[in-house]
Amino acid sequence: MKPNKAFHGSVATLVMFYLFVPLIATFLYSIATDWYRTILPEGYTLAWYQELFTDPRFLQALQRTLVVCLIAIFISVGVMVPTIFIVTVYFSKWDRVLQGLVMLPYAIPGVVAAVGLIKLYSSGPIVLSGSIWLLVGAYFVIVLPYMYQGIRNSMRTIDAIRLVEAAELLGASRMQAFWKVIFPNILTGIIVSTLLSFSTLFGEFVLANLLVGGHYETMQIYLIRRMEESGHLTSAIVVTYFILLFVLSGVVMRLGKSSKEGSR
Amino acid sequence: MKSRKRHLWLLFSLLPFALLVICFQILPLFTMVAESFRGDGGVGWGLDQYTKALTSKYYLIGLKNSLVISLCSSAVGIVVALFAAYSITRFSRRVRDFLLMLSNMTSNFSGVPLAFAYIIILGSNGLFTLLFKQLGWTTLASIDLFSWFGLVCVYVYFQVPLAILLLYPTYYGISEQWRESAALLGASTAQFWRFIGLPVILPGVVGTFSILFANAMGAYATAYALVGSNYNLIAIRIGALVAGDVAARPELAGALAVLLAITMVGAMLINEWMMRRVRRELG
Repeated sequence: MKPNKAFHGSVATLVMFYLFVPLIATFLYSIATDWYRTILPEGYTLAWYQELFTDPRFLQALQRTLVVCLIAIFISVGVMVPTIFIVTVYFSKWDRVLQGLVMLPYAIPGVVAAVGLIKLYSSGPIVLSGSIWLLVGAYFVIVLPYMYQGIRNSMRTIDAIRLVEAAELLGASRMQAFWKVIFPNILTGIIVSTLLSFSTLFGEFVLANLLVGGHYETMQIYLIRRMEESGHLTSAIVVTYFILLFVLSGVVMRLGKSSKEGSR
Repeated sequence: MKSRKRHLWLLFSLLPFALLVICFQILPLFTMVAESFRGDGGVGWGLDQYTKALTSKYYLIGLKNSLVISLCSSAVGIVVALFAAYSITRFSRRVRDFLLMLSNMTSNFSGVPLAFAYIIILGSNGLFTLLFKQLGWTTLASIDLFSWFGLVCVYVYFQVPLAILLLYPTYYGISEQWRESAALLGASTAQFWRFIGLPVILPGVVGTFSILFANAMGAYATAYALVGSNYNLIAIRIGALVAGDVAARPELAGALAVLLAITMVGAMLINEWMMRRVRRELG
C-alpha cells in the first residue's frame, strides 16, 4: 500500500506542477524588472500593474468587455428564466426540443458561428456588421448551454411542476406562483449560471475579433495587440484576468455546494 | 375558453427566446450552409466550393494539420489524464476536491492568455529555454514554440485539465470489491487492468477522447495568438476567409466551416453514444 501511495502522490504533484508552471511564470514575469538574461528575474516591481491600471486604453477595453458581457447576460437571464420555466412546467413535451436548441452551441465553434453571422448581417434587410449588437446576439447564443443547465437543474431539484401545482391549488396566480415560490428557490441556480456565463464571455476572443475586432477593442483584443509591445504589461493583464476567474469560480463552487446541501 | 387564452399568452412569452435563437443561431447556420453551395461572389449554385476545398492542396493540408494536431494533443492529453485522474481518486475527499478545483481552474486557462504564458516559458527568451541553454541541453533549448511541435505542446496543455475533469467520474465505475476478488483469485495488478479495469472505463475514455478531439479541432484563439494567420489550420483558414486581410470569400469559408462542423458533430455523437453505454453500466 505504501509505495502505491507514493506513486499516486508523485503523479498528482507532477501533473499539478505541469499545470501551474505557465501561471507561475506569467505571475513572475508580471512583477519582474528585467528577465531575459537570467533564470530568475533580476529584480521585482509592481510598476507594470501601476502602468496597466493607469492606462486609459486598458480601462476602456475593460469597460467595453463589461458592457457587451453584461448586456448579453442580462438579456439571457431575462429571456431564459421565463422560457425554461414555461417549458418545464407547461410544455414539458417540448423540453427535448429546447434542450437540442440550447446545446447546439457546444458543437459549433466560434469560427464556424462567425461565418454565417458575418454573411447574414453584412448586407440585406438588417445590417449589424461591426456593431456590438451582433456580438451581443452571438454571446446570447454562446451562453445558452450554461444558462439552460444551471436553471433547468435547479428547477428539477425543487420539483418546480409540483410546487406550481401546489401554489395554484392554494389560490396563487401563475405570476404569483413564479415570483413568490419558484424564483426565490432557483435564485442560486441563476446566479451560478450567470457567473459561469460571465467567465466564459470574459475570456471570449474568437467572435469578438472576427465580428467587431476592428471597431471595438475588448480585453482579449487589447491583450493580443499589446503582446508584441510589452510582455510585462501583458503578463500583468493575464494575471489580473486569472485572479478574476479564480474569484468567480470560487464563488460558483461555494454556491453550488451550499445549494446541494440545502436541498438535502 | 379562458384556459386557451392563457395558453396563448404563455406561448407568446416564448417569443423573445424563439426570435433570438432564430436570428443568431438558426438563420446564421442556415445562411452558412446555403452559402457553401453557391459559386464565387454568390453567383449560381453547385458543389464548386466543396470541390475547391477538397481538391486544393492548400486546404487539404490545413485539414490534415488540424486532424493531426487534434489527434496528437488528444492522445497525449488522455494518457496523462488516465494516470492523473486515477491518482486523484486514490486520495481522501478533501485532497480530491482540492485537486479537482485546481484542474477546474487551469481548464479556464486557454486561448490568448495561454499562448502568451507559453511564450514566456518556451519562447526564444523563455524561462525554460534559458534554463535548458544554461544546462547545455541544446535539443530542448532549440524547441521552436512557433513550429508544429510547439503548437502541439500548447494544445496538450489545455487538453489535460479538461480530460482529467471528464475522465475522473468514470473511475467510479470500478468497484473496490472487484479489485479484491481479482486479487484473491490470483490476478496481478496488470491483469486486473487488462481484463477488468480498462474494459469498464473504455467507453468513458473513448467519449472523453472525442470531446478533446472536437475541442482541438475548433480551437482558434490559441493558434491565432501564437502565429497569427500564418499557420495552416482549418479553423485559422476559415477565420482568414471571412475576416482576413485578403478579399473575403464567404462561400468557400462556408464550405470549410460545414466540413469542420460535420467532424465536430460526429465527435459529439460518438461521445453521446459512449456516455449512454457508461450510464447503462453504472446504472
